[in-house]
Amino acid sequence: MSASTLPVPPRTASGNRTLGRSRFREWTEKEAVFSWLMIGPPILFLCAMVGYPFLYGCYLSLMHRPVATTGEFIGLGNYIANWNDPVFWRVARNTIVYTLVTTFLKAVGGLGLALVMNQSFPMKNFVRAALLLPFIVPTVLSTIAWMWILDPTFSVLNWLLIAAGVPAPGPSWLGNPVLAMCSLIVINTWRGLPFYAITLLAGLQTISPELHEAATTDGATTWHRFRYITLPLLQPVLFIVTMFSIIFTFSDFQLVYVLTHGGPANATHLFATYAFDIAMSAGQFGLGASVALSMLPPLALIIVALAIYMRKR
Amino acid sequence: MVEGRGWVRPFFQLWLPLAVALIFTLFPFYWMAITSLKPNSELYNPKVMPLIVHNPTMKHYIDLLTETDFLTWTYNTMLVAVISTAISLVFGIMLAYPLARMRFPGAALIAFAVAATYLVPQPLLFIPMADIINSLHLGDTLSAVILTYPTLLVPFCAWLLMGYFKTVPKDLEEAARIDGATRLQTMVKIILPLCTPGFISAGIFAFTLAQNEFLYALIFLTNSDVRTVPVGAISELVRGDVFYWGQLMAAALLGSIPVAIIYSFFVEHYVSGLTAGAVKQ
Repeated sequence: MSASTLPVPPRTASGNRTLGRSRFREWTEKEAVFSWLMIGPPILFLCAMVGYPFLYGCYLSLMHRPVATTGEFIGLGNYIANWNDPVFWRVARNTIVYTLVTTFLKAVGGLGLALVMNQSFPMKNFVRAALLLPFIVPTVLSTIAWMWILDPTFSVLNWLLIAAGVPAPGPSWLGNPVLAMCSLIVINTWRGLPFYAITLLAGLQTISPELHEAATTDGATTWHRFRYITLPLLQPVLFIVTMFSIIFTFSDFQLVYVLTHGGPANATHLFATYAFDIAMSAGQFGLGASVALSMLPPLALIIVALAIYMRKR
Repeated sequence: MVEGRGWVRPFFQLWLPLAVALIFTLFPFYWMAITSLKPNSELYNPKVMPLIVHNPTMKHYIDLLTETDFLTWTYNTMLVAVISTAISLVFGIMLAYPLARMRFPGAALIAFAVAATYLVPQPLLFIPMADIINSLHLGDTLSAVILTYPTLLVPFCAWLLMGYFKTVPKDLEEAARIDGATRLQTMVKIILPLCTPGFISAGIFAFTLAQNEFLYALIFLTNSDVRTVPVGAISELVRGDVFYWGQLMAAALLGSIPVAIIYSFFVEHYVSGLTAGAVKQ
């Protein structure tokens, strides 16, 4: 398609345009002016709705501010209180364990599934669509299904275990601190694994089969081809996906809020749910904001690194 | 042995792992579906074999639709998702177009800021946001979520669309400019129409993210008639310690269907969005 056939109105449609107006148009036609006029409104929106809340949150975290009061400035008081609060450290430990274990499971499982999916088999597109379902269905709704699967009295899992010979009533999946964390890890993996698998599959498909053929001709084993061709070429995709997953697992809220509410006895509280409880349930906005902002240092490192990396690509 | 290898290899390398993955993935949905069809006498009787439905009933669906505000929640969810997706697409285009195709002072900084904003997780902002929404007297209005969802979606849309805008050759733009088109005309009439697949990808993705959003909806919407499906289900089908499991499952299934239908029509677009931007959960 040649560009000249496109319906472009001529530049001088009317001869009686005033001088001022054409000057204005000349001005808006400058690359920089046009660009800034274009990005101005969304940038203003983001400054008002992301930048300002962020700064305001930093300020709030320095206040003692029970709900419906104006509050008083207490400097780092909230952070010091957190530092001396054993529950805070419990929450930090939970968050780190939760993030590391699920990220590992999702990366390994996702890579495995991507390798399996990279073979040709009938109904491949259908299978791929089915495997992505956990990722697209609203988390809260699928978590409700899991809650019923793990129900203390009517768990189908326990029904199967009892049928297989485990003594009744079977494990209390959400009532035992360790099992509750394990359940969360499994469900988060269930939800996040397709994202890894499908993204890595797309990465695998960009690797030219000729590379593998050449290596096979040269006598490389399957493991060698995986280790020296697939893995290095997949590394950028794997890096981005993993960083994303770390950011959003570290700050996870929905799954824990719905499934365990942080219990039993704070065993599954993450930063986000703990901050929510302090700010929304106990009404301590300042303290809650300081808990939420405690996520920032580790996240900021990853966010800045990833933002630079993404921009370079 | 040679014959044995003929099926052993594909069985262990393909069919077995695939079957395990599919069962693990789909079982919760199967469970959702059959639970919603079981009468209470079957649901709460541990002696009945639970894996199939013995006496299917539509009672939970009927109760859900007649005794709760489920239809209102669905309407709210759709309305909010559609409007915030539309706002996010427009803002996303306005951000992405210059960043992808123009040179201007500050471009590098803005691109970095957009990428960083895209990665800032919501739990970092919800407390100050709750205070701001309160002081604007927007609590319990759909405007509260329509205003806040785009903060999650705009950076994402911008990021995804930048990739699409970069693929259109510069020659097209230059040709149009030589023919006398203004920059705005070039953008709206030449470049944007070529990027329709990108808009569909970004739109579908933003739509599913908006349907999935929970935290802001939970904080801002406390009246039943302004609630969205996830918040409505979790706060009104669980009363105190009583879980209305049949209705909960019916709500979970019905609430998932709109997303699933849209997704099934646009799987390819969804996947390309997923893989292009590497995505927010």
